[in-house]
Amino acid sequence: MIKKLFVIILLTGLAFFFYGMISSFSGNEALNMSAAYYAENGAEEVGAANLVTAIVVTYRGLDTLGEVTILFLTAAIGAFFLKSKDNFSKRDVRESSELLKTASSMLVPLIFTLGIYVFVNGHLTPGGGFQGGAILASGLVLLLLSEPLKKVNSVLFAVIESISGILYVGVGIAGIFLAGGFLDNSILPMGEFGTLLSAGVLPVIYILIGLKVGSELSGLLTKFQETQEEN
Amino acid sequence: MLSTIIMISLSVLILASAILAVQTKNLVVAIIAAGLVSLMASIGYLLLSAPDVAMTEAAIGSGLSTIIFFYVLNRVRGREND
Repeated sequence: MIKKLFVIILLTGLAFFFYGMISSFSGNEALNMSAAYYAENGAEEVGAANLVTAIVVTYRGLDTLGEVTILFLTAAIGAFFLKSKDNFSKRDVRESSELLKTASSMLVPLIFTLGIYVFVNGHLTPGGGFQGGAILASGLVLLLLSEPLKKVNSVLFAVIESISGILYVGVGIAGIFLAGGFLDNSILPMGEFGTLLSAGVLPVIYILIGLKVGSELSGLLTKFQETQEEN
Repeated sequence: MLSTIIMISLSVLILASAILAVQTKNLVVAIIAAGLVSLMASIGYLLLSAPDVAMTEAAIGSGLSTIIFFYVLNRVRGREND
């Protein structure tokens, strides 16, 4: 009873706090200095039709590298704790229904294609490496759900992930020598604005991020699958 | 005006599913309700013209994390029955 009263008091306090914030909120009339700079010069300097991607991958590229590193650490820690034993006894898994099997064999290729589309077109349309990678991983989940006993090679995911991570950092370092600085995208020719092969090395970076995120999440999910078979 | 109405109803739905996720005794319902919160939030981001954030929220918040919760729930239950 006292616990519930405490929760109610806490919620009312929060409500007052947020009400004060919202009632005194007024939207900005103009962009602030850095935002105005990105909006004016982003298309010209980076050459990406999607300004968000230009900021995420080029202007704030170091932050993205940090995010990818955090995700890598999470996947590594997960894989460490979910280490599967070789001598597990096979659990009796119920065969999945015909409906799920047929639907997944139809949908999984489409989902993979969508994921690849999202990160290849990251510099033109909304979305990018992280979103595309997550879509790839959810396609893999559907595959695992429809065939619970299917063995997925998690070493392959580790290899893809490591190679794309090294290449990402390598492209960034190449920017120091060939262009303006770390992760500068003008190593490759800019190309025509708004086409697939534009914005220099930016599509390459987003493809690498997409592969890295997708294989990381897939590896994590495969580990879950393997440890489930243990019980 | 219309977008304000949609935003307010979305917020109410978010609150309702969040309260459902906390209060329900059935864990499966709780996981689905938590995924629903993310889905509504991603529609909200889309209305605020942030499609990139909306895609991330929909793919990771309501897609992957819901599935990971189900995997873990399945594993915990298996232990209980042993």
